[in-house]
Amino acid sequence: MTEQWHVAQVVGTTPVTASARAVTLAVPGFAGAVAGQHVDVRLTAPDGYQAARSYSLAAVGADERVELAVDRVPDGEVSPYLVDELRVGDRMEVRGPLGGWFVWRPEDVGPVQLVAGGSGIVPLAAMVRARRDAGPEVAARAPFRLLYSVRTPQDAFFADELEAAVDLTWAYTRRTPPGWPRPARRLDAADLAASTFAPSDDLTVLVCGPTAFVETVAGLLLEAGHDPARVKTERFGGAS
Amino acid sequence: MTESPDGGALDGNALDGNALAGPLAAVYAFDVTRALARCAHCGDVSVVACAVVFVTAMGTVARCRECGEVLLVVVGTPTGTSVAARGVAWVRA
Amino acid sequence: MAVVSRGFGGRREPTEKPLPPGQFLTEDFPVLSAGPTPNVDESRWEFSIHTETGEAHRWDWAALQAMDAEDVSTDIHCVTRWSKLGTGWRGVPLDAFFADVETEDDFVMAHSYGGYTTNLPLDDLLDGKAWLAYEFEGEPLAPVHGGPVRLLVPHLYFWKSAKWIRSLVTQADDVPGFWEQNGYHAYGDPWLEQRYS
Repeated sequence: MTEQWHVAQVVGTTPVTASARAVTLAVPGFAGAVAGQHVDVRLTAPDGYQAARSYSLAAVGADERVELAVDRVPDGEVSPYLVDELRVGDRMEVRGPLGGWFVWRPEDVGPVQLVAGGSGIVPLAAMVRARRDAGPEVAARAPFRLLYSVRTPQDAFFADELEAAVDLTWAYTRRTPPGWPRPARRLDAADLAASTFAPSDDLTVLVCGPTAFVETVAGLLLEAGHDPARVKTERFGGAS
Repeated sequence: MTESPDGGALDGNALDGNALAGPLAAVYAFDVTRALARCAHCGDVSVVACAVVFVTAMGTVARCRECGEVLLVVVGTPTGTSVAARGVAWVRA
Repeated sequence: MAVVSRGFGGRREPTEKPLPPGQFLTEDFPVLSAGPTPNVDESRWEFSIHTETGEAHRWDWAALQAMDAEDVSTDIHCVTRWSKLGTGWRGVPLDAFFADVETEDDFVMAHSYGGYTTNLPLDDLLDGKAWLAYEFEGEPLAPVHGGPVRLLVPHLYFWKSAKWIRSLVTQADDVPGFWEQNGYHAYGDPWLEQRYS
């Protein structure tokens, strides 16, 4: 039941970048998650103080398992704890899976364009993984492209795994690898024209990132002629 | 934090209606974020997931993406969660 | 009963001074906004008081600056359970604005730029208990904290200290404001832990 808080126990943590890590939770009763969904996480201090935040699922499929990938927000209240302090055996509470709008299901037919900014890759990575795990027939009827904007190569989440699983274009905003043809800059209309599916009636576009990134990209997509009804966005900004 | 120059609906703190899923799950059995809703103020009809949402420690406030008026407010109290949807003319699942 | 997360302490400090029940000390100044931050330039800022007769009293930025201001050091208590001790403000007591205002009403509704409202008894704004504050810790009040001018009513939960204050409208009955309509207490005394209605 999504409305209930489940007790979750940390069963694994893995570094993702210098500022982010993946956290795997064992959550009895948690089932049926769809790629793109999120959970609410609630932490309680020994003196009763509570704080809750929303995090997207980084992978779906294994019931009673929750996979998160959390980026540390400097001066944040919850994310530094999850990235730096949390260890195997620790407990917290989880509510979900939540949200049925910003999702992709293996039975969905038609091409999908993913556009990620920074740690906004997390729900999109769950979609890429779900498609890969669904096998070649699903992949053939649902072509994916991913345009992934990160500050530097070191800030990329799951780089090797994503490159192996999807048609991926990198857009670096601060620093590129040596000899990279595209100079470091923010995503612009030329990037979208060169590296994303053109507008079409059956295309779904999913954009996730910080609020300002999503505003910019959604605006460029509409200018490029995409149907607003086929562009779905997920902003994050408050998950400190 | 970034702010829009006119202080409009697209504030740097704003999320979208996907963030309502958790708070609303405490009250509704179905996923309201996938439903269509009509703004009682300006008449805009859109998916609840597309609303502009401010998540605060006092409650979650969803505003119309077009006019910025409040659609609904979700407040959790020790005795339960309340949803006040004064700014919604109707919801269609 | 919630499970406790080992090592999670939020960002809180121990305190010697007693806090209102259920409150935790913070050194931060958390921002709580139910909407976009309005950018109100001082040149177009205006504050007004409206009474049941339809009479309006108005002040602009220059008029505010010409009034006698006070330095206020006070503790503030947010209903979301953080308290912050010894905060420093500069502002003008509400008594000065109400000096020439005649009203039989016992309550006021505070209205903010951006549309926020909160209700208070008129008596809680008088006798040196409330200010229009425009400096915080010696600096102009930042927009995220309610600048250029916010209401400061530190003896009540901090949602009553309306950011981006624009007007006070007297009312005969204690009609609820934004959060008060949505389950929060009409008065909000932190020492009585009046969080919810």
